Amino acid sequence: MKYLHNIGTYFIMIKDMFRRPTKWSVLKTLILKDIDDLIIGSLGIVAFIGFFVGGVVAIQTSLNISNPLIPKYLVGFATRQSIILEFAPTFISIIMAGKVGSFITSSIGTMRVTEQIDALEVMGINAINYLVFPKFIALTLYPFVISIAMFLGILGGLAACVYGGYGTLEDYVVGIQNDFIPFHMAYAFIKTMVFAFILATIPSFYGYFMKGGALEVGKASTTSFVWTSVVIILLNFLLTSLLLG
Amino acid sequence: MIEVKDLHKSFGDAHILKGISTTFDKGKTNLIIGQSGSGKTVFLKCLLGLFDYEKGSIAYDGKIFSKLSRDEKTELRSEIGMVFQGSALFDSMTIAENVMFPLQMFTKQSKSEMEDRADFVLKRVNLPDAHKKMPSEASGGMQKRVAIARAIVNNPKYLFCDEPNSGLDPRTSIVIDNLIQEITDEYQITTVINSHDMNSVMEIGEKIVFLKDGHKEWEGSKDTIFRTDNEAVTSFVYSSELFKKVRKMYLEENQ
Repeated sequence: MKYLHNIGTYFIMIKDMFRRPTKWSVLKTLILKDIDDLIIGSLGIVAFIGFFVGGVVAIQTSLNISNPLIPKYLVGFATRQSIILEFAPTFISIIMAGKVGSFITSSIGTMRVTEQIDALEVMGINAINYLVFPKFIALTLYPFVISIAMFLGILGGLAACVYGGYGTLEDYVVGIQNDFIPFHMAYAFIKTMVFAFILATIPSFYGYFMKGGALEVGKASTTSFVWTSVVIILLNFLLTSLLLG
Repeated sequence: MIEVKDLHKSFGDAHILKGISTTFDKGKTNLIIGQSGSGKTVFLKCLLGLFDYEKGSIAYDGKIFSKLSRDEKTELRSEIGMVFQGSALFDSMTIAENVMFPLQMFTKQSKSEMEDRADFVLKRVNLPDAHKKMPSEASGGMQKRVAIARAIVNNPKYLFCDEPNSGLDPRTSIVIDNLIQEITDEYQITTVINSHDMNSVMEIGEKIVFLKDGHKEWEGSKDTIFRTDNEAVTSFVYSSELFKKVRKMYLEENQ
């Protein structure tokens, strides 16, 4: 019953997010601040993880090709496919559920604990629109982050492959160009947009509706990370079945 | 004036407010007092529209809150100022931005007009140089004064204060009490204060509503509270030896 209640409350929150919008002059500032916090602030960690995981994928693929009949360009091909189809959209989103999701839950949860949300409601402001909608808009730029993860993942694979002696530059470049299906990019970005919505709303839900004090803010952040990750993984399965199955 | 009639509020099986009826007068500091758990905060949150209630009515100058449309409620809320127990200042904004926030949300004033108004109210609460500080850099007393400045910046008709003196030293408490009373008188606001600070009761309690176990046990003023023989009131208000002596002296002087 509790889960059903939470699901219902979540969808009511989504509806309220678009009602009684905050004044544009105020909203604009909030959106820019959230772009800075959620998007720009995540670029460093995404770039770092993207580059090195791309390198690891290339090395692992190369080390597992023992059959001389398998062409060497497969390293580049496998790296590209892994990065574009799964690593960048899904794996990075789960990392972002930890980084961005915890930030959203703890910042909104702290506002709840310190009565700042009550203050907004007393003033007649739609607190859900004021707090959640700018995060949703900021995260529409999330595909930009994922594009960087894709680019740096493939670049990291190239660097590991060439400088680690696992293959030649020519083979790798042939591999990443080989049998490219443009729809795979569309699939990756459709997933990314869905995950961006999840990243903006589930952590906001856990922050907004939390009860208690500082300890509960920490618990809400952990719960928010768990459920955001679970929903991302389930939707990943569903979208993959629908779009590629 | 705020008129409350037969207000009932429950959480599950717990019946918190059991038919409270009272009025809060314009231009007066109206105090709600009572022990912890007596329903003061729930009552205040019902008055503010933060909690729905099962039965009864709350009328703001004749307008029954529950019968207002969403737009009318929003308009009414723009006439309400609130000072929260923990001040509830937005910690991502400077003090001046906090004070200007209601103006940004509800008026079409230019930036310079808003700055002038913020400057005026900050001077009114004796914080002329605090504009650029962040709330975390301000003391508890300063934060309360900023909260008062934010509450009055939009010329509210109603001012609500939830335990405005909690966590403050006695001297600062008196400053805050006097400030609230002066502002109430000056702008003819209907002020409702939720408190269990007996100094506030004696200093500014122009009207006092005493709650016990979710119902109104007693109603009076700072003068009549000395003379009441209601046992629940006397055991709560005069629980300290100091206040017992104060009461005794008052009664001796006014016999």
